[in-house]
Amino acid sequence: MKQLFIAVKVTLLFTLVTGLAYPLVVTGLARVLFPHQANGSLVEPNGKPIGSSLIGQKFTRPEYFHGRPDGYDGLSSGGSNLGPTSQKLVDRVRDDANKFRAENPQASGPLPADLVTASGSSLDPHISPGAAEVQVARVAAARAFSPERLRQLVAAHTEGRTFGILGEPRVNVLELNLALDQAAPVHK
Amino acid sequence: MTANGILQIALFFLVVLALTKPMGAYMAKVFAGERTLLHPALRPIEKAAYRVCGIDEAQEQRWTAYAGGVLVFSLVSLLLTYLIMRVQQWLPWNPQGLANVEQFLSFNTAASFTTNTNWQAYTPETTMSYFTEMMALATHNFFSAAVGIAVAIAFVRGFSRHSVKTLGNFWVDFTRSILYVLLPISIVVALALCSQGVIQNFSAYTKAATVEGAVQTIPQGPIASQEAIKYLGTNGGGFLNANGAHPYENPTPLSDFLEMVSIFLIPAGLTYTFGKMVKDTRQGWALFAAMSILFLAGVFVAYPSEQAGNPNLARLGIETRATAAQSGGNMEGKEVRFGIANSALFTVVTTDASCGAVNNMHDSLTPLAGLVPLINIELGEIIFGGVGSGLYGMLLFAVLAVFIAGLMVGRTPEYLGKKIEQKEVKMMMLAVMVLAFTILGFAAASVNLATVGKSLGNNGPHGLSEVLYGFTSAVGNNGSAFGGLSANTPYLNTTLGLAMLFGRFLMLIPLLAAAGSLAAKKQVPLSAGTFPTHGPLFVGLLVGVVVIVGALTFFPALSLGPVVEHFLMWQGRLWS
Repeated sequence: MKQLFIAVKVTLLFTLVTGLAYPLVVTGLARVLFPHQANGSLVEPNGKPIGSSLIGQKFTRPEYFHGRPDGYDGLSSGGSNLGPTSQKLVDRVRDDANKFRAENPQASGPLPADLVTASGSSLDPHISPGAAEVQVARVAAARAFSPERLRQLVAAHTEGRTFGILGEPRVNVLELNLALDQAAPVHK
Repeated sequence: MTANGILQIALFFLVVLALTKPMGAYMAKVFAGERTLLHPALRPIEKAAYRVCGIDEAQEQRWTAYAGGVLVFSLVSLLLTYLIMRVQQWLPWNPQGLANVEQFLSFNTAASFTTNTNWQAYTPETTMSYFTEMMALATHNFFSAAVGIAVAIAFVRGFSRHSVKTLGNFWVDFTRSILYVLLPISIVVALALCSQGVIQNFSAYTKAATVEGAVQTIPQGPIASQEAIKYLGTNGGGFLNANGAHPYENPTPLSDFLEMVSIFLIPAGLTYTFGKMVKDTRQGWALFAAMSILFLAGVFVAYPSEQAGNPNLARLGIETRATAAQSGGNMEGKEVRFGIANSALFTVVTTDASCGAVNNMHDSLTPLAGLVPLINIELGEIIFGGVGSGLYGMLLFAVLAVFIAGLMVGRTPEYLGKKIEQKEVKMMMLAVMVLAFTILGFAAASVNLATVGKSLGNNGPHGLSEVLYGFTSAVGNNGSAFGGLSANTPYLNTTLGLAMLFGRFLMLIPLLAAAGSLAAKKQVPLSAGTFPTHGPLFVGLLVGVVVIVGALTFFPALSLGPVVEHFLMWQGRLWS
């Protein structure tokens, strides 16, 4: 019985310490030390958010680099959860691969694995450098822009491994497309 | 496999190895009540907490009172969490105006977070308010971790003490776990994660007008603070549905590395703490070695399997070999920034420990890579394991190993100077059997039910794996999932919730009982006939016992799920 009273008091006390004081302290410190990150690394070129540099968004027009075949719905993150022996998975990948080859007739050889598979978050902001390369011809044609200069732009937006070791090389699709709109605006 | 992938895995292991001794030595001091660097700041707070809660720091408890403290605290904190979820719409910090959580899901979630499982049958973005996340869920990330550490320390006292009836004071061990271990490291890790891009705010969700003119709703919230303890406490419950695959929970390769190290930090450190407490650090390193062997074995099954990829996709003209410009392999359910090596490594780490956070979707793993997490959890999450629960789980197997060694030579087995007798072995076997019985019993009953059939996200052997993984994860208090299983149904919420409670408390109580009986025993002096438990022979025996007990119990079920799926995948069989 004595332990029950202790349990109630310990629960309440440490709920306040770990559930209230701790996150508030971290919020205060984060606001001072890393305000941009703490608020979501939002991209706000004209003061209004057009997205976050960490969150992928959907690109379908030929003049933009496309991300992975994800939903990009911020409210329902998560993967397809299709297993390796799923007919649905194989059908979906076949459809996406056919669509990609139709939109990018210059792409030859095997397609990069990330280009036709869904990510874990369905918000993947990145594609592999290989998945960017196979889109260069299409984007250059759509913008009447030199493929060579486009490749330089992709290279400038390719992030290598952290410390040369951790993670994989990758291209941030939103950042690349925004830079592209600056360098070679589409005249409508 | 690539050279860089192997390098990343080696680097991770070396960092964990380097942190084990300092972390373990620090915890040994904390639980012995000795002065540490943080004492000037924290000791007054600790004393104030005892005063407010009416805890007598000097009073020791027998195993029954210690276990009673664990149970009554878990019950009270579980009820508080249930209550908060049921009334969250009337509470503050709910900018999205989320409704109260229904009863089955609230029970499942409260059981889940209380037992350190963090199984999530809900979509957090559209279910839990910021208040609920902080005050009902993140709190349990601290509580369940502190309970785990406390029980592990009490269990070790069963060996390090002799001829006494008490195991320490649960409330003191709990308080010290939170104040000296979990809170300070969490603050550091939270800020480090925030520097990488993990968010920390109380804003309403952002409405972004995208480049192509759509509207994208981007969730916000106090994530970094929760993220840190989610890994450190081997909890694993995500603030967002995609968990550690979500860029706001795990934005960069460095945050990924930090999160994986945080998962192993305390469990690895506790092996050294154990060595310190029994006054022979070689004993701790022997456990560390056995854990490392099993860890590396898992990594080097999962990683090559994922890199080999899915032959059904390779046939469609998809590159499965790694090249300089792309990772190849099985990228379904994986993030580009992590690629194959980091995803496979994370999968192994999170299921070796009882973490259950994911940076890729386990349901989409190749069959052999999906087999590894299943086995890791079914062995009892003793490969470093959950905070505390990994150590007491591995010690259970150490006792069984000396018992089996004793049977082979016809001597009364001893471990750390304690005679292992009928009562201890009975309690240990009870814990092992509870695990096996609840996983297999629940899974076998459930696959026969039509209601569970409707929850499956995949068919064929993969469907069986989904149900088996669900109960394995629940009983093992892991919390990761083959997420295709739609688990938010009254039947699954109830059975999985019960499975978590059985898996946690029916293991913990027999172990505390065994610790009580061990502490009361006299210390047996070493003799020429004593089997040394710090050398390679013992490590090999321990690994063997772990694998044989696990394999005998679970091999039949596993062969019908992932094993058969592996062979059929390479034959090109598909299920609609």
